[in-house]
Parts: sequence; structure tokens; C-alpha cells
Amino acid sequence: MTFELFIFYLLATIASVSGLMMITIKDPVKAALWLVLAFIATAGVWITAQAEFLGLVLILVYVGAVMVLFLFVVMMLDINLSIMKEGFTKYLPIGGMVIVLIAAMMYLVLGPNNFGLEVTGNPVIHPADYSNTKAIGLELYTVHAYAFILAAVLLLLGIVAAITLVLRRRPTGEVRHQSIDKQVKTQASERFEMVKMKSESEEPIKPKEEEDK
Amino acid sequence: MFDALQAFLSTFLFDWLAILITLVIQTVVVVLPIMLVVAWLTYAERKVIGFMQVRMGPNRVGPLGLLQPIADALKLMTKEVIFPDQANKYLFIIAPILALAPAVAAWAVIPFGDGMVVADVNAGLLYILAVTSIIVYGTIVAGWASNSKYAFLGALRGSAQKISYEIAMGFALVTVLMIAGSMNLTDIVNGQQGGMLNWYLLPLLPMFFVYFISGLAETNRTPFDVIEGEAEIVAGFHVDYSGMTFGVFMLAEYAMMILISFMTAIMFLGGWLSPFEGIPVLESLFSWVPQLGWLAFKVSLLLFVFLWLRATFPRYRYDQLMRLGWKVLIPLTILWVFVVGAMKYFSFGPWFN
Repeated sequence: MTFELFIFYLLATIASVSGLMMITIKDPVKAALWLVLAFIATAGVWITAQAEFLGLVLILVYVGAVMVLFLFVVMMLDINLSIMKEGFTKYLPIGGMVIVLIAAMMYLVLGPNNFGLEVTGNPVIHPADYSNTKAIGLELYTVHAYAFILAAVLLLLGIVAAITLVLRRRPTGEVRHQSIDKQVKTQASERFEMVKMKSESEEPIKPKEEEDK
Repeated sequence: MFDALQAFLSTFLFDWLAILITLVIQTVVVVLPIMLVVAWLTYAERKVIGFMQVRMGPNRVGPLGLLQPIADALKLMTKEVIFPDQANKYLFIIAPILALAPAVAAWAVIPFGDGMVVADVNAGLLYILAVTSIIVYGTIVAGWASNSKYAFLGALRGSAQKISYEIAMGFALVTVLMIAGSMNLTDIVNGQQGGMLNWYLLPLLPMFFVYFISGLAETNRTPFDVIEGEAEIVAGFHVDYSGMTFGVFMLAEYAMMILISFMTAIMFLGGWLSPFEGIPVLESLFSWVPQLGWLAFKVSLLLFVFLWLRATFPRYRYDQLMRLGWKVLIPLTILWVFVVGAMKYFSFGPWFN
């Protein structure tokens, strides 16, 4: 077994186990963390397959940003697990049918007819200075430029749609704004005023003996 | 590094064993000095801030207090690690490791000199960005596993802050990538040859500040340390950690500080190149300084700025911090991407030849 093969099997095992844990574990926070581990292991597998750009972007985008936001939401949910588990047996037949259907569809696409060295040929082994990033960039910005722009516009549309859905305009006066510019530019003289006044002193209490006399 | 050693080992060992041994040796050679620098950086921090506040700083353990970091480490190691009631034990232990591991793993692609790099990968910049983006899990998991409101609030603040500043940081890296035409860190440094004027500092001056400020926010240093916020949430995400688990969080923070300083020096300040290249007298006068010497000098200067800022600025308010990240730094970086594009189109200055 070569070192590369060892690394591949290690990462593949981690990815499969963490994927299984993600769907079987009950606590949603732990499930999200297992998914993160699955992502990282998958990124490692991609990097061993000489797709270092995709692997690193998977970590950067999904692990570093998307899953953090996911965890954010999941951590703040107060989920009653017993309610979630209700009706498990009721939905089991439908769930089973869906599983069989998906497995059959995956077999049709990923089955031995379409995969294997006879179909795809031996993978191309690139020299050490081959830049995967440059190859993807050239393809993306020349051959697939229109598809790329279309995808970007679709994402922008998604952002605008999400913001319009939750935007709630309130009448002016109801919302109090603060002018950060004014706060930043503030000077000590505006915050603090020196007031001139005479110093006050208490009358000294007369000693008792003088009163007696 | 150490290709010869690997070739020598593989003559009488299994190939995979030779690779494994070489990897372990490389790791130790890189990580051990960094951990030592981390230890004495804490000492330097206390001394520098002490002098800025007209105090002595630590001066009891060893000459000039130089052995203070060792005493601190011993103290942290011998203290009891307390598990809060109802805390999630596994995640509670994993959190500090999640914080430290990426901060150490990122050093794999950092070059210390021409060819002195563990893995000379051609997507080095992207690797650094990807690996450092995992650090935020240390904070989140620590805050959630502690089962404490203060820790949870600190974790929420911290993760929101880190994600926000990561965008500005990524865009700053994009401008460096555009100007250097490569994501390999060695290539980026070699593209800055020819004296101080050829460094990427001048064409990317705003990006230099954006990157350094984002670095401050990423490492949770003052003025961006709302994640700890002693005045409001006690100590934030690590309020329930004690002993060495707390120490590991500190290690991660300082290792990240050094990493950010290295990245700034490599991308904007010419890395290991001498600033006097091409200047007649000064070049020969300083030719004895080794590559690592220049790099170490630039990095220590930047680390000093980290400490200096801590002694100077009060903590940002949370809304001001978010405003700075989203409304000032990110628009500025996007603008500068276009400016660098224009510079590249017109082959402006000595940087685009």
C-alpha cells in the first residue's frame, strides 16, 4: 500500500463514518459538527485526487462560512427531541420507499456501467507544478463565461429576494438611529464641560469647652 | 525541506515509513520554534505593555523575568481542569484542540526563506485562508459545550465577528493574488524583488491596513476582543476553562498572531528580501543579514504593533465593530480590486512587469 493510498482510505473512512453519524445522531448541534468533519474529509479526498482548488474552496465556503451560520441557528433552537421522534413507525414505509427509490436512481447513474477504469480510463497524473486553479479559471472565464455570469446573477437575485422578504419598513420616528459618523468624530470638548465655581468649605465645629464658658 | 533525508531513509525502510518519519521531523522543526516564540511573546507582551504603562512587568523569575513563561506553563499544566456540570465533556475537550490545530496546520505552507518551506504547494494562499477559517469552530464549540450563558454569548459574538472580517481578509488576499499572479507564497515573495519600492506595500497600501486590521479581529486582539469582553461577559467563550485547556486557547491566539504577522510580512513587506536591494552602499553593508533575519525582523516589528495597539486602544463597541467590517473595510477592498485591475491593465509601476 502506498502512502497516498493509505491517506485516501483514512480520509474515505472518516468521511463515511462521519456521514453516517450525522444522520443517525439525535442532537442537531452534534449532527452539524459531524457534517463539518465529513466536509473536511471529503475536501481531503478531493485534494488527493489533484483537485486542490475545489478541496480548499469546499473548506473555505462550506466549513468556514455556511456550516458556521448553520450551527448558529441550530445552537439557538430549543428542540424537544421526543416530539421529533413521534410518528417514526408511521412514516417508516414511505421513508423506506424513498430510500429504495434514491438508491436505485444512484445505482443507475453511479453503477458499474458508467464508472470504473474501463469507462473513464486511467486518471491523468499532472506534474507537481500543474495549477488546478489556473485550469479551472481559464475554463470558467472563457468557455463557460455566460453560465458563470448567469449563476452569479441568480445568486444576487437570491440575496435580493431574501432581503425583500424580511425587510419591514417602519415609519420614521419609530426607529431610532445613531449617527456613527457623529459618534466617531466627537471631541472631548463636546462630552465634558468644565464649570468654574467657588470652592466650598464646611464651617469647623467649635470645640465643646468654648460653648461651656 | 529534507528531501535528501527522505531519500536516505527510503533506501532501507518502507517508502511510507520514510515519508512518515520525514513528515514528523518537518513538523517538529517548524512547530517547536513557533511554540517557543509563543511562550516568549507572552513575556514580551507583558514587558512592552508594562513599560508603556510605566511599570516593570514580570521581573522575578530568572534574570529580567526571562523564565516567566516557563513558570506560567508549569502553573497551567499543574492546575486542575474543571468540567462544568451539564457540560458536554467530549466537545468541551475538543474545542481547545479545534482552536489550536488549524493555527498550527497553517504553518505547513509558510516559507521561512527561499525554499525553506514544508509544503511548497501552488495554492498556498487559499490553503491559509481555508485552514484559518476552521479556527472559528474552536470558539463556537467552546461556547456551546460549556453550557453557560456568558460563554455562549461570547461564542456568538466571536463567530459573527470572525466570519465578517474573513470576507475583508479574503478580498485583501485577492488583490495580492492579482498583483503577484500566483497563489504560491514563495512566488509572491520573489515577485517583490528589487528593494523597498518593489514591495506590494505601495500599490496595496489600503489592503495592507485592511489585512492587518482584519488580522486583529481574527485573532481577537484589542480593540476587537469583544469575544472575551471581561467587563460585560466575564471572559467570554473560555470562562469555564481552567488549567491547560485554557492554556491551549492562549497558545492558539498567540500562534495566530504570529501567523498573521508572517503573512503580512510575506505578502506586503517583501518576506525575506532585504529592503535595501538595489541601493548602492546600503545593499553591501547589510548583505551579511540572512534571509531568515530580515523575515524575523519584519515579523517582530508587526508583532510589536499588535502589543502596542493593545496598550493604546479601548475595546470597540459591538455595533461599531460590525460597521467597520461591513461598511468600511469590505467596500474598500472591493474598490481596490478594481483599482488593481486597472493598474494591471495599464502595467502601472514596477509591480506589473
